[in-house]
Amino acid sequence: MAATIVPSRQSPAGGRVDWRLAAPLGLTYLAFFAAPFAILLGISFYADAEQTRLGPDSWLKFYTDAFYLKVIFDTLKLGVYAVAATTLLAYPLALLFRASSARMQRVLTFIILMPLLTSVVIRTFAWIVILAREGVANQTLMGLGLTAAPLNLLQTELGLVIALTQIEMPLMLLPLLTIMNRMDQNLVDASRALGASQWRTFFRVVLPLTLPGWIAGATLVFASSTTAFISQSVIGGARLVYLPALIYQQATVVYNWPFAAVASLTLLMTVLAGIMALGLLGRFARTD
Amino acid sequence: MQRSTFADITYHWVVGLLAGLAILILVAPVAIVIATSFTTSQTLRFPPPGLSLRWYQDLFDPVRSAPIHGAALNSVWVAFVATALGMVMAVMAALALARVNRASARALEAGFLAPLVMPALSYGLAALMFFSVMGIRPSLNLLIAGHLVVIAPFIFRTTLASLTQLDTTLLEASDSLGASRFYAFRRITLPLIAPGIAAGCFLAFVSSMDNVPVSLFLSTARTGMLPIRMWGMMESTLDVRIAAIAGVLILATLILMIVMDRLTGLTKRMSA
Repeated sequence: MAATIVPSRQSPAGGRVDWRLAAPLGLTYLAFFAAPFAILLGISFYADAEQTRLGPDSWLKFYTDAFYLKVIFDTLKLGVYAVAATTLLAYPLALLFRASSARMQRVLTFIILMPLLTSVVIRTFAWIVILAREGVANQTLMGLGLTAAPLNLLQTELGLVIALTQIEMPLMLLPLLTIMNRMDQNLVDASRALGASQWRTFFRVVLPLTLPGWIAGATLVFASSTTAFISQSVIGGARLVYLPALIYQQATVVYNWPFAAVASLTLLMTVLAGIMALGLLGRFARTD
Repeated sequence: MQRSTFADITYHWVVGLLAGLAILILVAPVAIVIATSFTTSQTLRFPPPGLSLRWYQDLFDPVRSAPIHGAALNSVWVAFVATALGMVMAVMAALALARVNRASARALEAGFLAPLVMPALSYGLAALMFFSVMGIRPSLNLLIAGHLVVIAPFIFRTTLASLTQLDTTLLEASDSLGASRFYAFRRITLPLIAPGIAAGCFLAFVSSMDNVPVSLFLSTARTGMLPIRMWGMMESTLDVRIAAIAGVLILATLILMIVMDRLTGLTKRMSA
């Protein structure tokens, strides 16, 4: 992952890590990052909510209950939908960006960054205004005569995916634009000159060349959408349960900390599994 | 070059339509919230029946909106302190690791960037359990520690990237002319990596102001944070004041962004 975030350094080997400089952040992370996760792991092995007995009971309860397994599955599914939807819109926008003049690119950059710099809570709030029963979406659909009665878009998976598409899209666009701008135009021209159609050129030349950027973006979108607690709970409502809401509820309403810890570690593993799967795809694509 | 076939025409249409949809979906929500914040109505009906500043007046009323003001002040304080501390530590760590090609440096770098991909919600719960097991009472200092962990990687990442692009011959020249390491840092390295540090600090500050997953678990009624309070307002009454808060925050971020762009070329840095 680090490799996709930080550009690889050009200078060859040499030098030592100056531990005195690395120590302040390193020790802070040890105390406030590593230690909390160790405690979290420890608490997950209490058998009861009162934390009196040790045992794997919380883990067994979580992984043998069909309801909780469905919550894991739904969370994964939401992440995949969000990645698919952002991909479908981000690629065309990135292609448009590449084909635009310098001035147009500045305008597009601003459009892309604007949502990233408005708070996630506000973006979620915006979608409530849009998706509500008398909201913009329903008024437009009814105005066009596409539907007679207002649709229920809030508290549905469809509404949530639409909202997450906007909320997470900048995370997909930024790495994609970077790699799209570095792509060699000669390769695209060569493909066209040899008679390939635009579609064929896109799928056989542009897509493989920009795949590393897509993987970086997909990783961020997947990690962010599966853990987007506020968007999930406010737009999804109480009927759609995802891992973050389960964790919050178990930790602060039910006060079953061992069970919340299990759910929390499950979320962690789910996200890391998704990231690793995307990383493998990247390695596979490179050797291809 | 060649005849445009049916396939090429569909390609242009599909790409154009989807790109247009992408722009619409990115811009419309922000525009709609801003328009809604000027409504005369008690509800979030769109389009607003009339325009007024009543919700902004309500928002700035020191009595009626006291809890919002308190939460906003807490958020700004936590973001400011966490960014300042994070800047010092992350820049030092980046200096320690830049241009070192050892396995230990790789591992440390991955460790420092880890909070970017780890679900922050899992971390928020872990931090709550940690502080509670340690017997530390909730306070703004805990929020600062929690935010510091999740925002420091932004500064670390941009600083490391700037250091990587630094021309080492400058440092070699300074060394051969007898300058001390600290003098070289102050006079050569720091001025050259300052835009990278500034861009990282901007991202860190904004993401702290915006943080939900850590504040969700570490803030209490006394140490309320703005995003958490807004979430509470959204869950209960759908107060139109949220739209006014959105308007203020968008304006503040916009001003900050334009200033940063002038100073550091932030937009270039974020997409490069």
